Amino acid sequence: MTAALLRRHATLLVMPLLVAAFLAVTVAIHPDFGAFDVQSLALGALPLALAAAAQTVVVISGGIDLSVGSLMAVANVLAASTMQHAGFGGALLIAALILLGGALAGAVNGAVLVFSRVPDVVVTLAAGFIWGGIALLILEQPGGGAPQGFLDLAGGTLGGAWLPNALVLLVVVVAAVWLPVRHSRLGLTLYAIGSDRTAAFRSGVGVDRTRLIAYVVGGVFSALGGLALTMTTGIGSPLSGTYYTLSGLAAVVVGGVSLTGGRGGMAGPMFAAYILTLIPTDLIFLNIDPNYGQVIQGTLIVLVVMGGGLATLLRTRA
Amino acid sequence: MTRLAGFLRDRSILVLALLLAALVGVIAVIRPGTVTPDWLANTLLFAAPLGLLAGGETLLLLTGGIDLSIAAVATGAAYLLSSNTAAIGTPAALLLGLALGALIGLLNGVGVAVFRVQPLVMTLGTGLMTEGAMVVYSQKIIGEEQRIPAAIVTLGSGKLAGVVPVDLFLWLPVAALLLLGLRRTGLGRLLYAVGDNQAACRLAGIRVWRVLLAAYLACGLLAALAGIVLVGITNAADLSLANVYLLPAIAAAIIGGTSIFGGRGGYGGTIVGALFLTVLDSLLTLLDAPEPIKQILYGSIILLLAATYTRLTD
Repeated sequence: MTAALLRRHATLLVMPLLVAAFLAVTVAIHPDFGAFDVQSLALGALPLALAAAAQTVVVISGGIDLSVGSLMAVANVLAASTMQHAGFGGALLIAALILLGGALAGAVNGAVLVFSRVPDVVVTLAAGFIWGGIALLILEQPGGGAPQGFLDLAGGTLGGAWLPNALVLLVVVVAAVWLPVRHSRLGLTLYAIGSDRTAAFRSGVGVDRTRLIAYVVGGVFSALGGLALTMTTGIGSPLSGTYYTLSGLAAVVVGGVSLTGGRGGMAGPMFAAYILTLIPTDLIFLNIDPNYGQVIQGTLIVLVVMGGGLATLLRTRA
Repeated sequence: MTRLAGFLRDRSILVLALLLAALVGVIAVIRPGTVTPDWLANTLLFAAPLGLLAGGETLLLLTGGIDLSIAAVATGAAYLLSSNTAAIGTPAALLLGLALGALIGLLNGVGVAVFRVQPLVMTLGTGLMTEGAMVVYSQKIIGEEQRIPAAIVTLGSGKLAGVVPVDLFLWLPVAALLLLGLRRTGLGRLLYAVGDNQAACRLAGIRVWRVLLAAYLACGLLAALAGIVLVGITNAADLSLANVYLLPAIAAAIIGGTSIFGGRGGYGGTIVGALFLTVLDSLLTLLDAPEPIKQILYGSIILLLAATYTRLTD
């Protein structure tokens, strides 16, 4: 009973320990690691964590979204170009509209792939081109801005110096979007179509409808990621998103979500986003070329998935 | 209608070839005098690296796999070639570039074939590793002489007798090898079989892992080769050389009728697909389309072709 429970929630147990271990290493090699560093860690991880959240929803439903980064870029430039002269209230209104737009964009992605029956990879690959072009149309050069109050939603700290706004914001928005989905009928159907589409269909799940909704939720998270980019960088940049498609996917994999769908949760990828952000920071502290960060990130993905593959292999042999 | 659909389904390459011809026709009409033997030579010249990259991708799509590391491998091979030619000579530098392709290809193959990792993640990881390693390497050798061997420049941008692109002499044999290999050899048939039904292949006593390993190795080598041709075209190796080719390479195979689920397609369609994308790109450039519009049109057309093709074959 306990063993089964442990196995089911293995990532929930392992991931926080892993983050703690990484933090311990960081403090060990850089004793000055303080509140300010925690704050910049949370800021750096915010867009990546939201990109990972967008990918997680889609991957759990058995799909994959290679347009996350481009969609983030669209939200980022839209926000930066419209908020520049707005007040705080106006900026919040614009942010709400952009979230709506994100949901709509996700719905377009989902509708196209449901109705055309073209595989997710191909549709979202092409959609990535299209959204990337649209981002460039909105803002050709990096620029724009947002009111200070809006930037402070992510910057700064809440209460004591050790609780960065960026962390609070992440927990609040992810919980606000994901928990209602996860604990409703919809959440169950998301996992169902991810693990076995045919079985889900025969049990009366509207497979097409659920796939579409997965992309809508993913679109909302992508838009949130774009807004986070605006908050953390202060400007809009049409090419800002490119990094996040693949890195978000990396966080999903490291966070223990199965790419075949139906397995994994939201917490794992969130912790993984922090780990992936900590690696380059540690390298800087160690005076190692931070470019090794990408090598390590790649190696980490390869090791994690190979380890997973080996475990499956051994289990089926036994 | 169903008969027409059936006719088109069996001749999807023909349909795409007609579209390609139409595209060339459009260019000839809106800019008379553009379509000359010289233009044709240039189109083939630029299509060759894409054709090589898409060739590797086709092999993997047939097995139900995919390779996201090809752009990093191609860039890496080109970079290794240009930064080592001065020190160790052209042949050794060429081998070094190809060795990178073989290494990453093998690594991908071991991950996918032996450890049964999803190809998308495995190659994403190795791609990131390769790209990062190249950035680190470029910092280490900063200030050293970059030299592209004259032979490689000729290979990438030379034209025999002023009309026949030299890189065709590399692409054509490779294409013949892939076309014949897929159709006539045991390994070729096995690629289709593995992509169609891996479990059945295992039960039939096929060593699936060997087939997959061979396919990933071939894809890595083709990517390195494409990078070497590409650096001959641009005559300068930078660290984002082949990045723009990753998605077109996959797109060329898919609009050429190779199914992403494996087991269906071939290199013939991919060649037409690579030519189609190259001509499309040159049309958009001719029209002076700004970059964003180009991207949007490019994506829409890929989507439209993929959707049409899926409708026809389902």
